[in-house]
Amino acid sequence: MKLVVNGTSHEVDVEAEMPLLWVLRDEIGLTGTKYGCGVAACGACTVHIDGVAVRSCQTPVGDVTGAVTTIEGLGDPAALHAVQEAWAEHQVAQCGYCQSGQIMQAADLLANNPDPSDADIDEAMSGNLCRCGTYPRIRAAVKTAATKMQEA
Amino acid sequence: MSRVGKIARRSFLIGSAAILGGVAFGVYRVKTPYANPLEYGLAEGSATFNPWVLIDAEKVTLITPHADKGQGVASAQAALIAEELDIEFGQFEISFGAPDKAYWNTAMAAEGAPFMASDDSFLAETTRGVMGGAIKLLGMQMTGGSSAMPDSFVKLREAGAVARETLKLAASKQTGVPVARLKTANGAVQLPDGTALKYTELAGIAAGLDPVRNVSLRAPSEWRLIGKPMQRLDMLAKVTGTQGYGIDLQIDGIVHATVRMNPRQGGAINGYDDSAAKAMPGVKAILPITGGVAVVADNTWRAFQAADAIDCDWGPAPYPAEQDDHWAEVAASFTKDQLDKTWRDEGDAAAATAQGAFEAEYRSPYVAHQPLEPLNAVIRVTDEAVDVWSGQQVPRLLQQIVGKVTGHKPAQVRFHNQFIGGSFGHRLEFEYLKQAAEIAKQMPGTPVKLTYKREEDFAHDFPRHIAMARGKGTVADGKVVAMDLSIASPSVMTSQMGRAGIPVPGPDMQIVAGAWNNAYALPNLRVRGYRVPELAPVSSWRSVGAAGAGFFFDSFLDELIHEAGADPMAERIRMMNHDLSRKVLETVAEMSSWGGELAPGKGRGVAFVESFGVPTAEVVEVTNTDDGIRIDKVWVAAEVGQVVDPVNFENLVQGGVVFGLGHAMNSRITYADGMAEQANFWDAEGMRNYQCPEIFVKGLENGSKVRGIGEPPVPPAAPALANAIFAATGKRLREMPFNQFVDFV
Repeated sequence: MKLVVNGTSHEVDVEAEMPLLWVLRDEIGLTGTKYGCGVAACGACTVHIDGVAVRSCQTPVGDVTGAVTTIEGLGDPAALHAVQEAWAEHQVAQCGYCQSGQIMQAADLLANNPDPSDADIDEAMSGNLCRCGTYPRIRAAVKTAATKMQEA
Repeated sequence: MSRVGKIARRSFLIGSAAILGGVAFGVYRVKTPYANPLEYGLAEGSATFNPWVLIDAEKVTLITPHADKGQGVASAQAALIAEELDIEFGQFEISFGAPDKAYWNTAMAAEGAPFMASDDSFLAETTRGVMGGAIKLLGMQMTGGSSAMPDSFVKLREAGAVARETLKLAASKQTGVPVARLKTANGAVQLPDGTALKYTELAGIAAGLDPVRNVSLRAPSEWRLIGKPMQRLDMLAKVTGTQGYGIDLQIDGIVHATVRMNPRQGGAINGYDDSAAKAMPGVKAILPITGGVAVVADNTWRAFQAADAIDCDWGPAPYPAEQDDHWAEVAASFTKDQLDKTWRDEGDAAAATAQGAFEAEYRSPYVAHQPLEPLNAVIRVTDEAVDVWSGQQVPRLLQQIVGKVTGHKPAQVRFHNQFIGGSFGHRLEFEYLKQAAEIAKQMPGTPVKLTYKREEDFAHDFPRHIAMARGKGTVADGKVVAMDLSIASPSVMTSQMGRAGIPVPGPDMQIVAGAWNNAYALPNLRVRGYRVPELAPVSSWRSVGAAGAGFFFDSFLDELIHEAGADPMAERIRMMNHDLSRKVLETVAEMSSWGGELAPGKGRGVAFVESFGVPTAEVVEVTNTDDGIRIDKVWVAAEVGQVVDPVNFENLVQGGVVFGLGHAMNSRITYADGMAEQANFWDAEGMRNYQCPEIFVKGLENGSKVRGIGEPPVPPAAPALANAIFAATGKRLREMPFNQFVDFV
């Protein structure tokens, strides 16, 4: 089947029920999207399909009809997305393993809500678990990213 | 044997061989430096001055041997070298290096010695010295015990200074300019005429020189990196999904494996039916391993699916099958025979609490580590060597343990340490490596990646040890007069080191860590540790013993202070008998404006626990809402001697508070039919973003010893929360997790 990821078309030969997460990681080789729980309880696998944040561990690849964007497609070290820029500015990451998912979730939030309140941030970001406890910095970085995106 | 020797013999946590070695080999062996591992196979024209600095014509590489599991220690180690080497972030690469004795941990003895951290007497310091010698002779390379900065702070700056001075000597030889007229900056030697000779250009000449030994370290006033906000070296990679972790490794010919192990940990597998699994797509092999079965496939998910389809017949658990029986075993261990050690005995606590004493009992459950990156390892076995790509904290022990599985000598096991997606103690274990090695041994030449399913990871977490405490105390005239605290738990050190094949003699200080060592002076104070026979296998969990025992001690002290009718902050400060610790309490009182008016429904609690030599005080403020307890704010003060990077420091402290609060709120492992009842983050999730309070942090630098901050913020969080909930609701919580008794927003 055909899958468009970060603007590139891929032909993948897998079972329709294989979660998008494992197609990305083991078939296409894009490992920025992480396996954390496999049951949509941690958000580490968050990607965008047609701009909407989804948990790729619970999305059968056969159901994917839209364009997929992963953390690698959001921005790169030489050309950061505003959310990534804010994350670096606030030095958010510790182990960093959840941060691909956090950033994809935050990018989705800000695309739909350019000026989120604390309650909006809580609501959008609470499905993304961070075992290192970087939540205070995540919150601050979302606000900084919102400002950056409004100024842009 | 001297008294010092006896104390070390009784109390050393590393093992009897280490103690005998340390005492027997004497001063000469202890003082002899290890050979520099970077010299083996050093390319022509490359220079190395010590085990931490390698320079060739292309690049400067700094070796940062402490494993980075998220605490930012790769950056921090590099910064210490770079501070003296005069090189900037971006001008060098880092490498975790290969396992080697030269990277022995110089700071572990401070934690293992049976003295309070506040004790700087001759006996305490001498014993630490003797034990340090033993650790060196073992070549004990280890990341853990919040020891990376204490181990590195002087050693790595010296490494940078030696390299710098030798490079200046090389530049002098090349140009004829006297060393005294040379300066260094930006990864280059600067000549008086303004010419810059890059270190890489000087590597060839420097390679022929003996390293300059007599270097002096710069005064703190000259530091350009230490103590200033840094940009971590791994940050850009971690925000762009380009940081490679062990689980992300892609090697030509790699196959993807997973395991089903007996969920009754350590139990046998009596047999299995893999007929359905064998026929599933992508399955390459189904292999028996000790205590379980492995699936090898062409894709991780396919391996998971096939593993789930295997019908296994599991043997019984080698520990009580039901949780109640674990508690019963702990409760029955407060006996004379099971007294492990009386750690603190001042005044006469028994007499002082003989009549009319206030009594309370506390419990701390099994708790899983569950870092977000599931356990994984890539191993390739050939006749000549074993390659291990994984994240682990004790590299030289790993070589021994993996080599034993595959039939290789430790030196034939090549360990390539990886950035780790969290540990909290999980990566001190070796079982996943033994399993990966067993699979890879059956597939010679093929790189095998073992990835745990989250459910498998929960089932085999080796959680924090279970513990109970019984306290008796008395008060008079508004003061705490006597406190007698007995703590019973299985020995985490015996369980953990036992799996690594290392016997542990003597009492286990972790039974009482965080309880016996707080520098309070009471007229009568006794703290005793009782050893429970081994139950479920347990392991070091971020802050180890202090996570439970710190909760017991500070909660009971808080109860006594309330019994006395005293102010929780003022009474702790009054009783504190250690200047650095008192300052921590005074600082957190000032930060939080302790004693001010609070809005209705609000309550505040303070807790103080010293762990890993760091006196740490936290104030938690909660509101009792209609939807349950909401944690609003936390203030933290911790004494560490020197904050290396204030930004990363704040992040680690905030994270430690979140870790301590989250697990105290809602996380435990319980056993039924010998199996953990919690299988995924639904069952033990810790804290979520919406529950996270504002956390205000202050690092104090009054002490003369540099300490680590990875673990110390964890222990005070639970008692400070319980004390705050008491203040807000009148309800005293004596058992974690607290959501058994109160709701949280």
